[in-house]
Amino acid sequence: MALHDLLLALPITFATLWTILLIVVEATAKRAQLTFSLTSVGFLILITMMLFPSEQGYAFGEMLRLSPYSQFANFVFALSGLLVITLSQSYLAKENIHFGEYYIIVFIATLGMMLMASAAHMVVLFIGLEIMSIALYVLAGIMRKDLRANEAAMKYFLLGAFSSGFFLYGISLIYGATGEMTLFKIGIYLQENSATSLFWIGLSLMMVGFLFKISAVPFHQWTPDVYEGSPTPSTALMSTASKAAAFTALITVVLNVSSQTENNSNWIFALSTIAVLTMVVGNIAALSQDNLKRMLAFSSIAHAGYMLVGIVAGSDAGYSAVLYYALVYSLMNIGAFGVIALIEQQRELTSASDYAGLFKEKPLLAGVMALFMLSLTGIPPFGGFIGKYKLFAAAVESGLSWLAVVGVLASAVSAYYYLRVVVFMFMREPQAENQFEGVVLNPTLVLIALLVFLLGIFPTGMLRFAGEAMKFAFNM
Amino acid sequence: MIESYLPIFIQIGIAILLGLLLSGLGIFIGVKRRTKQKLTSYESGLEPVGAAKHRVSVKYYLVAMLFIIFDIEVIFMYPWAVSFRELGVSGLIPMLTFGLLLLAGYYYILRKGGLEWD
Repeated sequence: MALHDLLLALPITFATLWTILLIVVEATAKRAQLTFSLTSVGFLILITMMLFPSEQGYAFGEMLRLSPYSQFANFVFALSGLLVITLSQSYLAKENIHFGEYYIIVFIATLGMMLMASAAHMVVLFIGLEIMSIALYVLAGIMRKDLRANEAAMKYFLLGAFSSGFFLYGISLIYGATGEMTLFKIGIYLQENSATSLFWIGLSLMMVGFLFKISAVPFHQWTPDVYEGSPTPSTALMSTASKAAAFTALITVVLNVSSQTENNSNWIFALSTIAVLTMVVGNIAALSQDNLKRMLAFSSIAHAGYMLVGIVAGSDAGYSAVLYYALVYSLMNIGAFGVIALIEQQRELTSASDYAGLFKEKPLLAGVMALFMLSLTGIPPFGGFIGKYKLFAAAVESGLSWLAVVGVLASAVSAYYYLRVVVFMFMREPQAENQFEGVVLNPTLVLIALLVFLLGIFPTGMLRFAGEAMKFAFNM
Repeated sequence: MIESYLPIFIQIGIAILLGLLLSGLGIFIGVKRRTKQKLTSYESGLEPVGAAKHRVSVKYYLVAMLFIIFDIEVIFMYPWAVSFRELGVSGLIPMLTFGLLLLAGYYYILRKGGLEWD
């Protein structure tokens, strides 16, 4: 029985064992390069595992739920982790923080995310959230001697711990209201009984924890400071995979309590208000940012708003659109942060005007960055467009056309600040001679750009996977 | 319901008042003669050295944190030890895994010099 559980939860078992291996190897050899290679191998094995269909069901006494849903989510996390560490290497060497531990911590964060996506029990959900969060706090502050990185890590840690408290309190209240900790049993209880106000308070507190992790307005104030202060590759992981993990866990919870939230006007009103606020505030605040990292921080707030639209829609189409968007958004945002990490020198050269004339000196790099910016805006034929289209289409199907209209208007505003970067790169003269002398294009960036492009032209395959993930997600 | 706690609150109130009263009386009425002997730390106590607010080396915190981590994790051994016979092999394997995980962490600390003072 125990062996069967371990095999069923093979990705998580493997990731745990691989983490131990990484720790022992790093302690023995003390060579960051070796740890990097082994971590990449670990991620590659995880990605390969996700490509094959596997058994689904509950493991460890209904603690974990392995399904195509968790498989799709794990694929996103492992891919993001792999891309982030390959983009980190040159940055870490440049900033003199090339520790092997960096890669191990990225791997551990991914393990936490995988637990979140496969959780069927609220305690497992919380443990996954904490593994991920604590790893991310360390990643934010891994530049020990940099004042701003320390500030970022401190802010992230204090506010994150506070939101974890809310989350845990919500769990305890839901347990108090329903008498169950296993998510599907809570679902069964709620189908048979009506929800009490205690349950609603618990769910709201849990939502506070989730909304903090996805940095939705009004829980977004930490985002710009933390994203700006953290080392750029860490920011790439924080803004993409951790949000994807929070969204997958959010969908798991919402699906299990759907008998109460479906066609519940209060729930839809509350969540759509937050979605609208997140889209509007994120996009408008991004307009006035000159620092690209801050600009992308506000843009990531706005993107969380778009994804919330899919959650408000509350249909399988909406949820699978969120999954698809999480994949595309992770790719294009990691790519954008990857370019910033290449250009950045000693934490300077991060404002849009520093990119003036990039096209003249490094045409391919400028082209790749332009592709990410256009995809983030949501211009066809890139992946970002398909993702947004699916999200807003799901909202329209659920009778929330006004929400889709707000979303489209908000992303029209976003075109200004994304295209501003493109204008600087292609139409301005460089500020100084040989400004981009030492910048070498990382082939990973070209790969990411290619993937974003392919997801825009041939989205059918991935959309089918996302759709199937939802179809088989919870029919047990 | 809440009325039944009234006696306790009254007692707490009296305790606070009495404490304030007695220490207040001592301060106002008592005779103070500060001799050198009286101002030192208590009998057979250590002689005070330097100020209380001096900085502690960060190495101390590292060792203290590592101690707390391992100390707390040993707590998990107790419930297992109590029900060792009933659990049998199915309890032994998880605990062995747990011990190996701890050992990997300990090995890491040792190799990275977490326990070296200099």
